[in-house]
Amino acid sequence: MKTNRIWSWLALAFGIIYFVVPLLGTLEFSLRMRRGAYSLDAYWVILSDPRFQQTFTYSIVMAIVTIIIGIVLVVPTAYWVRLRLPSWRPVLEFITLLPLVIPAIVVVFGYIRLYNTASILPLTGSAMGTNILLAFGYTMLALPYMYRAVDTGLGSIDIRTLTEAAESLGASRVTIMAKIILPNVLVAVLSGAFLTFAIVIGEFTMAALLNRPAFGPFLQLIGANRAYEPAALAVIAFAITWICMGLIQVVTRFNKSLAATKR
Amino acid sequence: MSFLTISHLKKSFGATTVVHDFNLNIEKGEFISFLGPSGCGKTTVLRMVAGFETPTSGVISIGGKNVVNLKPNQRNIGMVFQAYALFPNMTVAQNVAFGLKVAKKPQAEIDATVHEMLSLIKLDHLAARYPYQLSGGQQQRVALARALATKPQVLLLDEPLSALDAKIRVSLREEIRAIQRKLGITTIFVTHDQEEALSISDRIVVMYEGNAEQVGAPFEIYNQPSSRFVASFVGTLNTLDAVVRDAASGIITVDGKDIAIDRTRLNGHKTGDKISLAVRPEAVSLGEATDKRETTLDGKINSVHFLGSVIRIRASLGENTVSFDTFNNPSAPPPAPGENVKVSLAAKDLLVLGH
Repeated sequence: MKTNRIWSWLALAFGIIYFVVPLLGTLEFSLRMRRGAYSLDAYWVILSDPRFQQTFTYSIVMAIVTIIIGIVLVVPTAYWVRLRLPSWRPVLEFITLLPLVIPAIVVVFGYIRLYNTASILPLTGSAMGTNILLAFGYTMLALPYMYRAVDTGLGSIDIRTLTEAAESLGASRVTIMAKIILPNVLVAVLSGAFLTFAIVIGEFTMAALLNRPAFGPFLQLIGANRAYEPAALAVIAFAITWICMGLIQVVTRFNKSLAATKR
Repeated sequence: MSFLTISHLKKSFGATTVVHDFNLNIEKGEFISFLGPSGCGKTTVLRMVAGFETPTSGVISIGGKNVVNLKPNQRNIGMVFQAYALFPNMTVAQNVAFGLKVAKKPQAEIDATVHEMLSLIKLDHLAARYPYQLSGGQQQRVALARALATKPQVLLLDEPLSALDAKIRVSLREEIRAIQRKLGITTIFVTHDQEEALSISDRIVVMYEGNAEQVGAPFEIYNQPSSRFVASFVGTLNTLDAVVRDAASGIITVDGKDIAIDRTRLNGHKTGDKISLAVRPEAVSLGEATDKRETTLDGKINSVHFLGSVIRIRASLGENTVSFDTFNNPSAPPPAPGENVKVSLAAKDLLVLGH
């Protein structure tokens, strides 16, 4: 028993060292821009760079658009499959898992072939068209996370009875979705939204190959040409991701405490 | 013409038919209960009336209009579910107002109706509470108020008391019946609890394997069951094996004892036929024959259960066994198991069971 505990602690210590040491190294390196002293110079350089502001704003806008597309696509689909086509759930789960096994580079080359200027739908022919294409690409990348979050949320309420109760009171499908289903899975939707946000902020492949001014390619550009600033950017990117993860924890705990009150 | 008419209703799921040729006429303001065991099709019929299931064939008409092709939100039917189904994101008042808001009623009318409905269920002081802050009984009363707020043509109650504890069930069923009488709303109540159905219904539809076995008033269903199933499902029943000794004069033999019954009740059985008789526990008593119970049978006590005011006795009469209750008498102790006793009953209380 005691030996087992020692191994458990060793495994935990190894895990912490494996993850934390590189992060601490990056953080420490990002603070050493000024010779002989720790400073936030690298951060100021990055934050005052107009390209940072431009790319970061672009990625935030794209993340919001992606989240909206994801909600509009996933919530009604997951709801309908749970309500009327439960036998299709494994099929939908398989489809939503595909983005995890098909590399983004394969997908983006497929997009470029399908939507180039010589195609019927020449989305890559204009900046707006390419933005739309990128937003749909991001939606696809975030699909496994958004779908699972929403599906789990739907599983926690009796959607069938709630739907029937609302129908018997005269409500249409749109009213049921907007007034009953969405408010009751809001916490799950928010979890999916934060994950989507984290994915979009750090995404490189699609944005770079579609030549859009996103934060991911900017991260790569700085990394290839500077010494201390990439470390500062990496820390900023980690911080954004962690804030998103923290927010997921907050809303999940809020939901759990609400569920406990309900009991 | 009846207010709600169900004609030749049939429902199949794949190769399985769960409702066979179901017919029923319900008058305006009537309280009808669908009573039967799990899987008998009672909820399926209710869901077809609500519009949640599409009949394989048949007609459902409300107020002379066939509603089979109408969506649930076009039927103006109120429904209360076993699982309450209150909207968790809305307060009690918002739940009750939901149907009225969907119907785009003026705000003043919505406020007045919500107040009226909450007063009706005596929960107006809880208007601002959320469903999770209410007990099960309170939630179901809110669900009832919500269903009634839109003034539906028909109220459907799908086992609304099943999830509640025994005491609340009794008080809430009485409350439901009182509200139904006050509003005069046509109501269908689905239950598998015979006591519930017997106590609050104008008429009961006893269902078995997708068929309406018998439709009648509670008194009729209990006292004149039309089939073996109805007799055994509704109330407690003793079944006795008997032989027709003389069909022409209505003489039957039960455990060696000849009993004369009305020969018309033999349902065509001939001399020598083996038949099944049914007798309710309250039609059997301990002791010698009396004016009311002229037939005496010899029995032997199998078991005695003292239940306080009532003593439940089980006695064998040769091949047959009967259960019956007797009131507790402090000055006369109950018989002991193994004791030989006389058991009396009236021939007119014996039912000859059909299929």
